[in-house]
Amino acid sequence: MYTQSFNVPDAPGGKTVPLAPSTEDPALQAAFDARIDADGRIEPQDWMPEAYRRTLVRQISQHAHSEIVGMLPEGNWISRAPSLKRKAILIAKVQDEGGHGLYLYSAAETLGTSRDQMLEGLHSGRAKYSSIFNYPTLTWADVGVIGWLVDGAAIMNQIPLCRCSYGPYARAMVRVCKEESFHQRQGYEALLVMMQGTAEQKAMVQDAVNRWWWKCLAMFGPPDADSPNSAQGMRWGIKRISNDDLRQKFVDATVPQAKVLGVTLPDPDLKWNEERQHHDYGQIDWNEFWETVNGNGPCNKERLATRVKAYNDGEWVRDAALAHARKQQQRKMKEAA
Amino acid sequence: MTTALKEWPLWEVFVRSKQGLEHKHCGSLHAADAAQALEMARDVYTRRQEGVSIWVVESKAITASNPDEKGELFDPAADKIYRHPTFYEIPEEVGHM
Ligand SMILES: [Fe+2]
Ligand SMILES: [Fe+2]
Repeated sequence: MYTQSFNVPDAPGGKTVPLAPSTEDPALQAAFDARIDADGRIEPQDWMPEAYRRTLVRQISQHAHSEIVGMLPEGNWISRAPSLKRKAILIAKVQDEGGHGLYLYSAAETLGTSRDQMLEGLHSGRAKYSSIFNYPTLTWADVGVIGWLVDGAAIMNQIPLCRCSYGPYARAMVRVCKEESFHQRQGYEALLVMMQGTAEQKAMVQDAVNRWWWKCLAMFGPPDADSPNSAQGMRWGIKRISNDDLRQKFVDATVPQAKVLGVTLPDPDLKWNEERQHHDYGQIDWNEFWETVNGNGPCNKERLATRVKAYNDGEWVRDAALAHARKQQQRKMKEAA
Repeated sequence: MTTALKEWPLWEVFVRSKQGLEHKHCGSLHAADAAQALEMARDVYTRRQEGVSIWVVESKAITASNPDEKGELFDPAADKIYRHPTFYEIPEEVGHM
């Protein structure tokens, strides 16, 4: 699921924005620009400006990291799911997220980076991943709310990426988006069941909504006005809809869902604006967002440590598989000789 | 051992979605050998019955046409419109042909 927009900041404008000055071959650059302007697609073997390549490697690898780190907060609840049915559903969802990571790493690899390089970036703490996973999942209701709101926000973000100018990224997103819908629906349905339960269960859902709502709004990245480099992502057809526009879509879509569910979204300023034909909403705490992005959220250290441990603990398996493959190959060659 | 030697090789995955259709490229993955690549492809690309058959081939075994030669390779077909049925005008009374 999960991308966050801040790695490609964003501003209004789209195609009227001029390209950043380029030191690339002007003829190749012109052909590339023409293809982008015609809403064409760029494929791995095509010529592309270095800055385009770098931006994509950063964004796609961050997106991939987010998928696999996103397995951790929910994975915590697999052994504690309230029924066998919920457990099977949660395993399927977490497994999907692992698959999403794989599709995305593969897309990034077509740009000339390697899986090992990307994982090294993640494990060293250099590479970012979506900040939403640096918050704890305290109760079972958190699992439902993550499906409903976190996956819901991710879907908003990812649908326009299916039209991204880079072919392998766009195709990976089509596959991801097909699988996301189940993630959101299973979360929402789990909450619906809890809301028919005891007062304590209802309170648990409301508490989880209270803790996740603002963090989900921040997932769309800083306001357009604070995203100075942003035009470039739009110009390149990597980003199609601005952070604020996506956020607005998410708020407008979520308000009626919250009503059906019977929970209150924790924002006193949230109300329908007849003139704009959209909901107004309150101020997001960007200081807290950046603190978490910069490593000081409640779970940053724990998440990274869990990832690194899983990778290190799996090393003997990776080595053994390679050793086995080599042995098999040698045996085959001997038999053939 | 260097990192490069420790990374599992890359495989391209092709899936036949149902009997009677062709195998279609659907993505890639790393695996130590072909058998493991097949197993992983099953787990990653056919979790929702998306396939009835899988091919895997090591990515380095694929020879691709060079995008710089796109013109030489494909343009010659552009002016041969007589290869299409619509090039030929047939009297209407002949009906569908
Ligand atoms: Fe995902
Ligand atoms: Fe998801």
